[in-house]
Amino acid sequence: MDLRLDGLSVRIDGSEIVRSLSLDVPRGRVVGLVGPNGSGKSTALRCVYRALRPSAGAVRLDGDDIASLSLRQSARVVAALTQESGTDLDFTVEEVVALGRAPHLRGNQALGARERELCREAMERMDVAHLARRGVLGLSGGERQRVLVARALVQEPRVLVLDEPTNHLDVRHQIRLLSLLRGIGPTVLVVLHDLNLASAACDRLGVLSEGRLVASGTPEEVLTPGLVKNVFGVDAEIVPHPLTGDPQLLYTLDSPRH
Amino acid sequence: MRLVSTRSGETRDRPVGDPPDRGADGRRPRWSAGSGWTAAMAAALAVVLGVSVVLAIGLGSAVVPPAETARYLWAAVSGGAIQADEVTRYQIIWQIRTPRVLLAAVVGAGLGVVGVAVQAMVRNALADPFILGVSSGASVGAVAVGVFGALSALGVYAVSAGAFLGALVATLLVYLVASTPTGVTPLRLVLTGVAMSFGFQAVMSVIVYFAPSSEATGTVLYWTMGGFGAATWGSFPVVVAVVVAGTVVLRGFARPLDVMALGDETAASLGVDTDRLRKGLFVLTAVMTGAMVAVSGAIGFVGLVVPHVVRIAVGADHRRVLTIAPLAGAVLMVWVDLISRVLVAPRELPLGVITALVGVPVFITLMRRRGYLFGGR
Repeated sequence: MDLRLDGLSVRIDGSEIVRSLSLDVPRGRVVGLVGPNGSGKSTALRCVYRALRPSAGAVRLDGDDIASLSLRQSARVVAALTQESGTDLDFTVEEVVALGRAPHLRGNQALGARERELCREAMERMDVAHLARRGVLGLSGGERQRVLVARALVQEPRVLVLDEPTNHLDVRHQIRLLSLLRGIGPTVLVVLHDLNLASAACDRLGVLSEGRLVASGTPEEVLTPGLVKNVFGVDAEIVPHPLTGDPQLLYTLDSPRH
Repeated sequence: MRLVSTRSGETRDRPVGDPPDRGADGRRPRWSAGSGWTAAMAAALAVVLGVSVVLAIGLGSAVVPPAETARYLWAAVSGGAIQADEVTRYQIIWQIRTPRVLLAAVVGAGLGVVGVAVQAMVRNALADPFILGVSSGASVGAVAVGVFGALSALGVYAVSAGAFLGALVATLLVYLVASTPTGVTPLRLVLTGVAMSFGFQAVMSVIVYFAPSSEATGTVLYWTMGGFGAATWGSFPVVVAVVVAGTVVLRGFARPLDVMALGDETAASLGVDTDRLRKGLFVLTAVMTGAMVAVSGAIGFVGLVVPHVVRIAVGADHRRVLTIAPLAGAVLMVWVDLISRVLVAPRELPLGVITALVGVPVFITLMRRRGYLFGGR
């Protein structure tokens, strides 16, 4: 399913957090949103998973405004991994994962055999099957993050949005998760902080600065020393990855003594 | 391997010890997860409740053996005959004790359920049914009736009606003050409720201070401490209807409650409109609490602790919690009421004393044994 942010603007308490942002996420592609803190990445995502209503513009799924769908209808199509770390209540891991089926089930309807299988697969995929009966509050940050991704997968989304999914994950699970995003099926829009991971994981990147899209294109087109300096205020050497050719950034730490 | 019964009722083998059952940090996995366990526990609690009710009706300043109590109850329900010399005892059993014990059961059940709903609504472990100003609002209403003679057309129900209206007005005020154009946030709701409660208490104090009679002081005391001493059959049907209907409705929303516990944004992404759900919960809990306060005053602690005790026993899933909480609340309240009236008979101890004496040790023991987590490590 094609996802399109169409002239999206979000105004909160008088300040414009996102300014007429337009971005295409073609079907089955992985598009990354990058930008410095406070550039409006998460706010733009919130509009996609319906936690926020844009003040102008629209989020379109295959051309149709998502606002014309009920919350439940869009939840059957769009799944999200938010920045919220989870819950105050000590649900078990399998209970949290099963809640991913909520938009597909009526009332308190129980999970069917296929849905339980779906949950098991997702837990195995995210390497949390062995934690199934454990309470989520007792998990480490990374384990909990993987549980939440499994919950999003169980939703069987056609569009998956993720807000900094690699938070708390060790490097093995970062790579495992981002590899999963490729070839997983749904259209993916992901906010990432690590530009090197973004470059490796995404087909296209959009760069946000102060709520505006300042660049978009393939990682090769977007990640240039000039843009990195302008947007992030950082000097970086950019070299192609010796095996994949993806542009990779090398940083030099400021050393005030020199 | 252990037999685990599934939702559809059949039992099947399920490896419980999938790779390491015990995590790296050595924490025990939850031992109760199946709905079979919950059903068994519900059945056991229902039996305990039935026995407790019959025992509690028989015990008091005049002790009636359980078998005889049961016979009187059967006679009352089926319209059977009793001996002439038993009429006084029958009257005590059927007209005084039975409504009192049943009211205790119903209010206990309701407080347990509302406690679960309120804690979910404001996402706060310390929330109880009275956190949104219901009890102090009810007291203001009851006192206003007593002092100013408002609602006198309602006769003996005037004070209850005043308490109910006071509770509703108070919660409505709290809601209006707490709400913003973007909706109601849980923390704002709690803070507003706590702050407004102080305001209502001040209003009540002023009324009592300038009241011409000492009756007002008694009314206030009764409504803030709570008790079932004034129970009659007359007020019973309304409370039962409200509590039962409210519980059934809430149980229907068990999954949305689960989803809301994951956070408002995540809930939106899972198709749950938390703003609307919270409004619904607000109305429902206000009406339920108001109806209970009107007949029994504000009985503290039960609504705070029962949800936690139940979660320790059956986990966080709201469908299971809302099955067990009303039964647990009812059993607890029947015993608390019984103890309060027999311990220093013929005087009655305030219910709050007993709820604390019974509830605190139970709660602390369970919390320490199960490694209960609410809101993080």
